[in-house]
Amino acid sequence: MHPITRRGLAAAAVLAVLVAASACANDAQQAAENVPGVSDTEVVIGTHQPLTGPAAPGYSKISAATKAYFDHVNSKGGVNGRKIVYKVLDDGYNPANTDNVVRKLVLQDKVFALLGGLGTPTHTNVLEFVKSQKVPDLFVSSGSRNWNQPDKYPTTFGWQPDYTVEGKILATFVKTEFPGKKVCHFGQNDDFGRDSLVGVEKILGPVAAKQTYTTTNQQVGPAIGALKAAGCEVVISATIPGFTALAMGQAAGQGFRAQWVVSNVGADYTTLARQLGDKKAILEGLIADNYLPMANDASNPWIQEFTKIHQQYNAANPIDGNAVYGYSMAYTFVQALLAAGKDLTREKLVEAVRRGGFKGPGLTPFRYADKVHAGYSGVRMNRVTNGVQSYFGPTWTTDDADGAVKEFTEAPSAPPADAIPTT
Amino acid sequence: MTATRPTDVSRTDRPSGGPSPLRRLLPGPPGILAPGGSTLLRHLILAVLAGTLVVLLTNQLPPYQNLQVARVCAFLCVTAGYTVLVGLNGQLSLGHGALMATGAYTVALTRQAFDERAAQGRWVLPLALLLAVVVTAAAGLVIGLAAARLRGPYLAGVTLAVATLVPAITTIFTGVFNGEQGLRFPAETPPAFLGPYFQPERWLAWVALLAALTTMLLMANLVRSRFGRSLRAVRDDEVAARLAGIQVAGIQVAAFVVSAACAGLGGGVYAVLTATVAPGKFSLELSLFLLMAIVIGGLGSLAGAVWGAVLLVALQDLPSLLTETFTLPSGLAQRLEGNLALAVFGLILIVVMLAAPGGVQGVARRLTARLGPRRRAPRR
Amino acid sequence: MDRFLFLTFDGLSTGAVYAAFALALVLIWRAARLVNFAQGAMAVATAYVGYAVVSATGSYWLGLGAAVLAGLALGALVERVLMRFVGHANPLNDVIVALGLVLLIQAVLGMVFGNEYRPTAVPFDTDALTVGGITAVSPYDLWVLGAVVVVVALLALLFTRTPIGLRMRASAFAPEVSRLLGVDVSRMLTLGWALAAAVGALAGMLVVPTGLGLHPHAMDLVFVIAFTAAVVGGLDSPAGAVVGGLLVGLILSYVTGYLGPDTTPLAILVLLLAVLLVRPGGLFSSVRARHV
Repeated sequence: MHPITRRGLAAAAVLAVLVAASACANDAQQAAENVPGVSDTEVVIGTHQPLTGPAAPGYSKISAATKAYFDHVNSKGGVNGRKIVYKVLDDGYNPANTDNVVRKLVLQDKVFALLGGLGTPTHTNVLEFVKSQKVPDLFVSSGSRNWNQPDKYPTTFGWQPDYTVEGKILATFVKTEFPGKKVCHFGQNDDFGRDSLVGVEKILGPVAAKQTYTTTNQQVGPAIGALKAAGCEVVISATIPGFTALAMGQAAGQGFRAQWVVSNVGADYTTLARQLGDKKAILEGLIADNYLPMANDASNPWIQEFTKIHQQYNAANPIDGNAVYGYSMAYTFVQALLAAGKDLTREKLVEAVRRGGFKGPGLTPFRYADKVHAGYSGVRMNRVTNGVQSYFGPTWTTDDADGAVKEFTEAPSAPPADAIPTT
Repeated sequence: MTATRPTDVSRTDRPSGGPSPLRRLLPGPPGILAPGGSTLLRHLILAVLAGTLVVLLTNQLPPYQNLQVARVCAFLCVTAGYTVLVGLNGQLSLGHGALMATGAYTVALTRQAFDERAAQGRWVLPLALLLAVVVTAAAGLVIGLAAARLRGPYLAGVTLAVATLVPAITTIFTGVFNGEQGLRFPAETPPAFLGPYFQPERWLAWVALLAALTTMLLMANLVRSRFGRSLRAVRDDEVAARLAGIQVAGIQVAAFVVSAACAGLGGGVYAVLTATVAPGKFSLELSLFLLMAIVIGGLGSLAGAVWGAVLLVALQDLPSLLTETFTLPSGLAQRLEGNLALAVFGLILIVVMLAAPGGVQGVARRLTARLGPRRRAPRR
Repeated sequence: MDRFLFLTFDGLSTGAVYAAFALALVLIWRAARLVNFAQGAMAVATAYVGYAVVSATGSYWLGLGAAVLAGLALGALVERVLMRFVGHANPLNDVIVALGLVLLIQAVLGMVFGNEYRPTAVPFDTDALTVGGITAVSPYDLWVLGAVVVVVALLALLFTRTPIGLRMRASAFAPEVSRLLGVDVSRMLTLGWALAAAVGALAGMLVVPTGLGLHPHAMDLVFVIAFTAAVVGGLDSPAGAVVGGLLVGLILSYVTGYLGPDTTPLAILVLLLAVLLVRPGGLFSSVRARHV
């Protein structure tokens, strides 16, 4: 061995060991810090959203509405004197990007909490990280039951009714409204479709036929053909909007006339009609469910308030189901923030949501409790008649286990002034 | 892909003979690099020096930046092996994202299996990574055997199909891979002797760094070995290589296996960084971005692989960076959000390729060549 | 049996659109010896033009014409402004520039039109005709098939019967010799790009109504499948593209119908390997793909 080579090697090795041993002393001081993201004038929160890519249609409008609502709240002085800064980062619905942007939000931007991170496969990925950082992870935008695991993920909360709750209610409706009909299920091949089917079969027993689709394969013809061949008369459908339109279009094309009963996730009439264009007539008679005021219901006081905010801060987008979703979720967040009190800490926010009891635009109560991190407890059915989607019948509530499906009779609450909660 | 003739998938101004690519990255004192010193040792010293520098750097960095360093290192494992396959051996693969997934899922399943049996210890991670390398190399062997018969766009077509497999496989075997939600396993934590307040992200960066340095070291030596010369000979002229007694198909398969092993290690480390795997992370998009990375970095050069790895991470963070810069609440800003980052990145790709066909490393090489006379004449 | 026939019709009608798009890829390959990864994004861009004209004028046929013209223009533009200047230090540079173009086009479309689905119009009914109790093809499917057949016939005429077609083929296969014989090789290259992009535009107009709707990413999946189809058929052969497209469409339909929608990528890989390991240059390869 060349002597200089040997000496160089030795020097480098010693250097490396020294460097490793001297690892930063400032780690210890970084560990103790004030509440991240909270100052006297601001509270910084963040989210991951599909602003681009194949999941962007529709969903990219949710965070726009949430942001608009916070702009509105900030213009009235914020919450407890703090303005809400909502950092919306694009993850393109790719879990690898979700990993990155959530770590950036928490580690670098030091957000106080996450709000409304969108998507099951995306958000499932960051649950462990969020837990290890003890970040409040409120109101994940997905109906997966993953968010309701308080023992495993103590800071994560769902918001919308989960797919099983919805499936149970859709099935109950079908059972009473279409007795003796052949009921089938069409679903996405992930937790959305699976959880929905679980709920449906809890009520109806095994369905006559079930078919699935995957978002990377737009050939739904064979699945619809199979449902037709099985003689289905009612199809309960757990589909995202694009595939609701695609499947119903295929069914119409094949002359397959069944009653479609579609999950609220994929049944916003405005979104579907825009996608179908001239063919939107096939949506006539579509039955679906929801748990928020219908965007087209101009007589609803909540929609009136949201429309005012919309026109001022979010006019570039249509006021549709996605916008109402964004406004309502932001409203719940402000309620939680108020309930957490003036001396804001992450623990207090989590505690506040656990106490629950929030009343807002939603038709049913939240299920939040000490050991329950699930959101809305039920839905109400709606139907498209002459191009207008409107509610009919009772509001139902249930749980994701074997609890009964019950009618909920309490009248919806009225919005406070400016649609800003005071308590 | 765009080969006019079957054999010239990649004829580039490669680092021929001469000093190793690593040296261009980090020129050491001339004495150490004196001719006659062992290549292995020279590379080893460079690796230790580079490692020391990065460790010094990570000691100064906050958590998120350390994660970025860690991601660069994880991607470097992949790009180093990938650029050898595409640049030096002339075989185009569009399926390296799927190979990364193979490594990542192997690590996840191994860690889960040990976790369930409550078998813990520092040795689990190296073992899991080793398994990732072995399993992915085996996958590479299968693809390589098919690839050795195919050329140009036909090879691209098959590997493109491989790249789209991950979601299908994970959904078909949901019981093992848990469908589109993927797997979670215990996160890698710093060893106790580093103290209770040691930044976990720094430890991750060190783990990834060790993997990257090992890969670079092995690749640098491989490139300069007899095997490396055979790789280039096969790329440049298959007939001549055969006449010279080289087993063309054998070399091609071996190149695929080596490259796959690197991708497996990189994928495994990538999984360790977040302690999760999901099919959505290993989409076709990733495979195409990997290809962009090595070409923009400088095809066939290990230093180019470093540029490529840096680029991949920069690219992942570009969208969020730009969304933050433009927070105008108008309709126009909403349309620009996200899209603007993609447009900028697309433009950069085009401009770099037009202005610097040899990639970033091509430019760097030209600059260094202009700065000082070369110590040794390049030899083929 | 009914199920089989139904799936066959379903596969043929989706296969026809893959065939149309594979054809565009083959045209570029024949003209410039490269696989144009930006073909899908370019087709989407022209489809936006086409449907903008449809909604402005109310006429599908004007929109179709506008899309094809936009395709001609875009193809020529991309070749003249971009691809012509790509250095050939290594042949992957074309691919990277094309991928850059994909990002750029999709982002610009997103900025201009928004990342939303836009409805599309169709000239014929999409309700399927029923033949002997079996749901068969719709008038729209027949129009797609017919359009593809006509395009193939026109291209065959162009390349074998017209001087300009012969010149295009000559300059692609032997550029040096053609130049010596007085063929304007550079113009032929531009023409090749324009023609391919026009066929791509037509394919885009045909494909988009069968999917989720007009959207910057509307052709992403179609590109991957059509590329497979072109490779299966053999990149040098327009007939191969059509056969490859129909074959891939059929297999996707059978696999989706009998095994489930998740298994299709696996089926595509098996098809590719089965074909290419026997014929490494695709089904319709005329030249040997390997010289050793």
